[in-house]
Order: sequence, then structure tokens, then C-alpha cells
Amino acid sequence: MSYIRAENLSKQYASGDAAVMAIHNMNFTVEAGEFVSIMGESGAGKSTLLSIVGAMNPPSSGKFVVDEIDVYHLESEKRTDFRREFIGFVFQSFHLVPYLTVVENVMLPLTTVKASKKRKRALAEAALNQVGLTGKEQRLPSQISGGEKERVAIARAIVNDPPVILADEPTGNLDSTTTHEIMGLLQRLNQEGTTILMVTHSQDCAAYAKRILRVSDGRLIDEDAKGLWRPCVSTEKFHSQGAGGLMLRA
Amino acid sequence: MNLRDIAFKNLLRRKAKALFVLAGLAIGVSTVVALISFVDAMTENINHKLEKYGANILIVPKTENLSLTYGGLSLGGVSFEMQEIREQDLTKIQSIKNAANVAGLGPMVFGVVDVEGHRVLLAGVDFETSWVLKPWWKIDGTMPGEKGVVLGSETAAVLGLNQGSPVTIKGRQLIVSGVLKPTGSQDDQLIFMPLKTAQTILNKEGLVSMAEVAALCKDCPIDVMVKQISDVVPGAKVMAIQQVVKGRMEALAQFKKFSYGVSILVVLVGSLVVLVTMMGSVRERTEEIGIFRAIGFRKSHIFRIVLLEAGFISAAAGILGYLAGFAVTKGAIHLFSESGGVSIQPSLELVGGSFVLAVLVGLMASVYPAYLASRMDPNQALNAI
Repeated sequence: MSYIRAENLSKQYASGDAAVMAIHNMNFTVEAGEFVSIMGESGAGKSTLLSIVGAMNPPSSGKFVVDEIDVYHLESEKRTDFRREFIGFVFQSFHLVPYLTVVENVMLPLTTVKASKKRKRALAEAALNQVGLTGKEQRLPSQISGGEKERVAIARAIVNDPPVILADEPTGNLDSTTTHEIMGLLQRLNQEGTTILMVTHSQDCAAYAKRILRVSDGRLIDEDAKGLWRPCVSTEKFHSQGAGGLMLRA
Repeated sequence: MNLRDIAFKNLLRRKAKALFVLAGLAIGVSTVVALISFVDAMTENINHKLEKYGANILIVPKTENLSLTYGGLSLGGVSFEMQEIREQDLTKIQSIKNAANVAGLGPMVFGVVDVEGHRVLLAGVDFETSWVLKPWWKIDGTMPGEKGVVLGSETAAVLGLNQGSPVTIKGRQLIVSGVLKPTGSQDDQLIFMPLKTAQTILNKEGLVSMAEVAALCKDCPIDVMVKQISDVVPGAKVMAIQQVVKGRMEALAQFKKFSYGVSILVVLVGSLVVLVTMMGSVRERTEEIGIFRAIGFRKSHIFRIVLLEAGFISAAAGILGYLAGFAVTKGAIHLFSESGGVSIQPSLELVGGSFVLAVLVGLMASVYPAYLASRMDPNQALNAI
């Protein structure tokens, strides 16, 4: 069985004449260790889909299963625990807590975990090291660049080693160089075994994924749309040429 | 990193809001502390002053007829022919539950004697307690020794005696050691001498006609003390001098009621300040709470963060409020106390009470904002990830 299964997922907002069908009868699967991009125009329903996948937005109908757990059959607080244990979130606008330092932001998912402060800090520092932010632990979010904020967000997403990372336009606020650094980082995490689902508008970013789900008007119109367009460059090329070269060609 | 760290750091970040809540609660607590301290100090002061009014409980023998008035007050069945109270029974008063509230116990024995051709009422009293029981007494002369007497002002005038005059009562040669200045009471028409001497002269050794008690009623209702004394002196009728006692209690009760009313009002206002500020704070932090919920904070965790913040501020407000209230009371007493004889001391009970009150009010006022915060939908809070 697939690691993630969406079965006949539908999501309707409001009701009656004002009803909006954000997701129509969607079916897809994601295998463990896959890197999947979700692409679509604005309003296509991809963010709604990601929120359902993120165990934060119950579908109107259908079933969503991760690791054989029927996520929306879990009681609300159990679903919260599921999010903490199974999913790392990387938000579009970083969503760092402004009054906590970099290392404290990364430690946030561990706050409610039973472990010593020392252990939590060690895990956070290891995650920061993984994203190349060693030495900036004590800075506040306001004291670091956009790229560094995204790295902190990624470090926070991986600090408790979740099997799945959900990324919503993770490079939406970044310049091209930083974009490819971040995408490289996500790809590395995927290569290490983390399943990644990423919503993006960018074809370049989508190109890092092994598979693309294309969404339009709340429907899944193509499960492997990678071939529908030509990415400007392969990810292998990105790694061999470096980010600067890649963006120039784009 | 734990929930406490998050709560504390958020407070440090939002100093203005934290200070606003702190000030709101601290003002409430300080007002309560000031009023309670002030009431306590004034109660102490009033009690101290009322002690000067003398006895407020009378112990007289039980009787069904004859009456005698003393000091304008009905003494019930006091009679010279009737049975007396045994003096040793009065010592049992020291064993009543509120014995500590007895400021003075003055046994008296009465008898009619012939002096210089006049029939005069002789009263044997304990001069040592007379200063507590009859603080209005002023004597021209000295307190009498074993063979001395003090004359009421009218008695001295009628008998034509002065300080130092010899006087013979029932064959005993005595000396007038002093004359009472006019009191406006029946004391002006009496001859006073030490209790033991009077008992011997009147052949009433070990007996007393009545006793006066000065009871301090700060911590006990006077009726309770009357009941307690009645229980240990069964052969006597115990009465409170209602006018003095009731007036005293009513004045204190009114002041206390007013203070408690104001305290409740101020605490309510303080809790509203906390409620409104915490609600605002929770609304401002929608995104932050959304992040917490998205990354795995349970509703109870969010609830606890908000309550922890309120708890930190409230605890500080409790301590600050006590200090401010204490200072205000000191100032108020200095301003309002005419005699300057009132003082207040720091009270551990009040410190603890202020702390508990502030924390309780702070937490209770924050329960609803904490509930709202915990119910926040992470998806909506983050405007959809």
C-alpha cells in the first residue's frame, strides 16, 4: 500500500448558493520517500489540498490516509499529535515566532515533547547545522535574511525528524540564488528519505520533484505532469552548474 | 524550551501590554490591601479609644424584683437584701474562650453606711482595674490605700470632707485620700474604698454585688462573650451595655461593608482590564497561535501558555499591589489619624492574601481569552498554509 493515500477527497466551503467546491473528488497516492510537487493556478485548490494533507482541514468527504492512519478519523487532539509526529511544515512566509531566537524557533516542535532541555537544544543545533545556519542560533528572526529565515523554517520542520515535509511555496519570497539553495536543501532531505509534498507556482522548483500533481479548479488534472512542460534545467544540472548558472538560464 | 519559556518571552516582548495588565491588577490589589489595612488599623484605633469608654458588660446577681440604676443604666435585680455573687466565681471568667478579649474585670460590693449623720452608699472597688473600667475618673488626691477612701464630688460636698480628712465608717478610722472630680454619674454620690476593706466593713467577705467587664470585641461579638460568661457564672445575670457595644460594632461593620464593597468593585475593574487586554493580546497573536497549533501544540498547551502569562503578571501584581497598598495605608493613616496613635505593621497574611487574590483574579479573567486562543483553528489562523 502507498504511504499516503487520498481517496475521493472533496472539500466544499460554505453551502447553498454560496457553496464553493475547492476540491473535487481527488484521488492520488504518494510513496514513502517521494518528492511530489503540487502545481496549479491561483485558486486552483492546491493550498486547500495541502491543508487537508497537513491534517488541519477536514475534507467534506473522502478519506486521507498516511502510514495506514485514517487521519480524519482521529479525534482533534490526536490529529494534533499526528501533525507533530508525522509532518514538518515549511510555510510560504516563514512564520517564525519573532520573539524567539533562531534556535528557540527550531526547538518549538519539541516544546511539548518529553525530553531534557539539553537534548532538545542538541537536536535543534543539529537541524540548524543541517541547513547551514550554525553560528546564528542566538539571533532573532529580524536579524537574519529571508533565505536564512527559510532555512530556519526548514530546520524547524525537520528537528523532530518527521517522515513527511509539507512545503507551501517555500521559495515564494526568496531571490533566485537563495531559491535554488533552498530547493537543493529540500532535495537533499528527500534523498535522505523524507517524503516531501510541495506546493509551488515555479516550474523550476517543481522540476526538483520526482512527480508533479497538477491541480485546476479543484480537480487533479494530471498526476505526472512533468512531461507537459520542459523545465529550464534538470536538477542534476543545477547541482553540476551551481545555482547562479541555473538562474541565468532560466 | 518549554511552555513557561514561551509565556515569559512573550511577556518580555509585549512589555507595554504586560505593564498595562500589571498596573490594572496591582491597582486593584493595592486598593484592597489599603482598605483592609486601613480598616484594621482604624478598628484597632477605635477599639483603643473605646476602651476609654470603660465597661461594656455587667454581671449582676439574678433577681426577680427590686431594681437599681447605676450610671444611668439598668442593673436589673441588684438589691442589698438579695443574694450576692461569690467573688471566686468571677475568677472563672479567665477561663472562657474569649478570655483574651477581657481587658478588665472589676468586682464591686455595695452597702449603705452612716457617715457623719448621713446615709451614704459605700462601694468597694478594685482600684487597679478602675483605670480600665472608669477611665473618666479624675481624682483630686491619691488612690486610696487599705485605710483610705475616695469620695464622690457630691458626697464630699455634703459631708464637708476634703483630701486628708479623717472619716469614721462603722467604727473604723479611715482617711480621705482623694475626691473624684464631678463625673455627672452616680459615682458623684458614693464613697469608694478598696474592695477587701468594703467587704470587711459590710460583712460581705468573698462576696460581690456586681462586676463590670471591659471587653474588646474586635474579634468576637459581644453577645458571644456574654453567653460565655453566663456559662461560667451561672448564679449571675450577665448583660451587655447595648448602647456602647452596638454603636461600636455598627460603626465598624458599616466601615467594613463600605471597604469590602469598594474592594469588590476595584477587583472587578481590575479583572476587566485583564480580560480585555488578554483578549486583545490573543487576537494579535493569531498567526503565532496558528503556528503553534500547526506544529503540534495541543489546545491545552495554548491554554496553558495564556494562563502562564496571566499567572506571571498576576503574581508580580500581587506583590507590587501589596507594597503599594501598604504604602498608601501608611500615608492615609498619617493624614487621617488625629492622635497619631495608629500604626500598621506588615502582615504576612495580607501578603499571602494579596498574592493569592491577584493570581486568582488574573487567572480567572484570562480563562476566556485562553479558551478562545486554544480553540483557534490552525488552518484559519495561518490563512491556509
